[in-house]
Amino acid sequence: MKVSIKVNGVQFEKDVEPRTLLAYFLREDCGLTGTHVGCDTSSCGCCVVVVDGDQAVKSCTMFAAQADGHEILTVEGLAQGGALHPLQQAFWDQHGLQCGYCTPGMLMTSYALLKHKPDPSESEIREELAGNLCRCTGYNNIIKAVRQAADTLQSAPAAK
Amino acid sequence: MIPAAFDYIRARSTDDAFAQLQRLGPDARILAGGQSLIPAMRFRLARPSVLVDINGIDDLNYIRAESTALTMGATARDSAVERAPWIGERRWSLIHDVSRVVADPVVRQMGTVVGSLCHNDPSGDWTTVALAARAELVVRGKDGSRTVSIDDFLLDSYTTAVEEGEMALAVRFPVPDDRTAGCYQKVERKVGDYATAAAAVQVSLNADGTVRQAGIALSSAGPCAVRVGEAEALLTGQVPTADLIRAAGDAAAKASDPQGDLRGSVEYKKNLAGVLVSRGLRQALARLGVQR
Repeated sequence: MKVSIKVNGVQFEKDVEPRTLLAYFLREDCGLTGTHVGCDTSSCGCCVVVVDGDQAVKSCTMFAAQADGHEILTVEGLAQGGALHPLQQAFWDQHGLQCGYCTPGMLMTSYALLKHKPDPSESEIREELAGNLCRCTGYNNIIKAVRQAADTLQSAPAAK
Repeated sequence: MIPAAFDYIRARSTDDAFAQLQRLGPDARILAGGQSLIPAMRFRLARPSVLVDINGIDDLNYIRAESTALTMGATARDSAVERAPWIGERRWSLIHDVSRVVADPVVRQMGTVVGSLCHNDPSGDWTTVALAARAELVVRGKDGSRTVSIDDFLLDSYTTAVEEGEMALAVRFPVPDDRTAGCYQKVERKVGDYATAAAAVQVSLNADGTVRQAGIALSSAGPCAVRVGEAEALLTGQVPTADLIRAAGDAAAKASDPQGDLRGSVEYKKNLAGVLVSRGLRQALARLGVQR
């Protein structure tokens, strides 16, 4: 079937099988391998992307067909003009990653979180990231990074 | 794993979705949030030959709080319940509690309440809450829509009163009176895991402090969610004393018929069911200003 999906502002028109999962569509049909597949069963959150601006979705548990006509933001779409997104900068500054495998999902879940709650408390960040697993960094620096990004985005609302 | 091949149909309206189901028969399945169905298809536990996607039908995506009922349409997301304007009201405290512990926060962005009820997993959260809150389902069949009480809706594991070619349109929670509070108690190894045990409790009090109505149900305690009628009967008409709360917990432990697994033995899970019912009753009563 034909699908037309806007990914990071670029329109992709592709012919896919209905059973194609969005994560594989992004990685294999669009060549955007920043979206990682971890557990492949909606447990780990490595594959989270943002649908229509503010909805965090595990892309291993959504069919590409369902995204037809919608807009997807992946980790590749965060940086603008060579400048890191405040979330990416904060993960860098706070050492919010070691191996980096879970990072795209952490970033995209955090992106949607800050759309809904621009000034989250530490416990709210912990709760909202509960569907994203990290096996090496530990969560403390990730939480600090999200908090830093919230401050940056609030003081510079023009930043995306 | 990749699911077995299937045909995909995007329904344009409720009428269209229903007509597709009638035409396609038993091999077609409704795709709502997909957060249980898609993993089941990936493990090849489910192999529908056609998916009828209802996500594009705007008039199924609603949550309406009206004078007699709170109604959630077939594609109302868990996350929409979490953010609903009435979610902080005491009478909805059972729904408040569960809305924060279903699966994980990202899964709740897609997952739907009606879909969870139709999936009827033995470890489901919404099925248990629906029993305690005495909800009913609106099911569309050949002869039009009918209303099914949750007790009649939940037939067996993964099996409901929705028959071939039918679809569930909405769930309705009756609006409890003002002196009502609830509580959802869930023990899980990690966020997103199946419950080791969970209990839903909802209590309405009379002006004299006696219990007008009690709803008590268990998850992960049998083939599908279990209503603990004995505990409800013990409390109804009585002042809920510490002894009665303990007795209600004992009745829940007795009613629980879990399977032993890596999350715990049968004995542990039965005991936990009783503890969670007693704990839930104490918290619901505390929300009504009654300390026990």
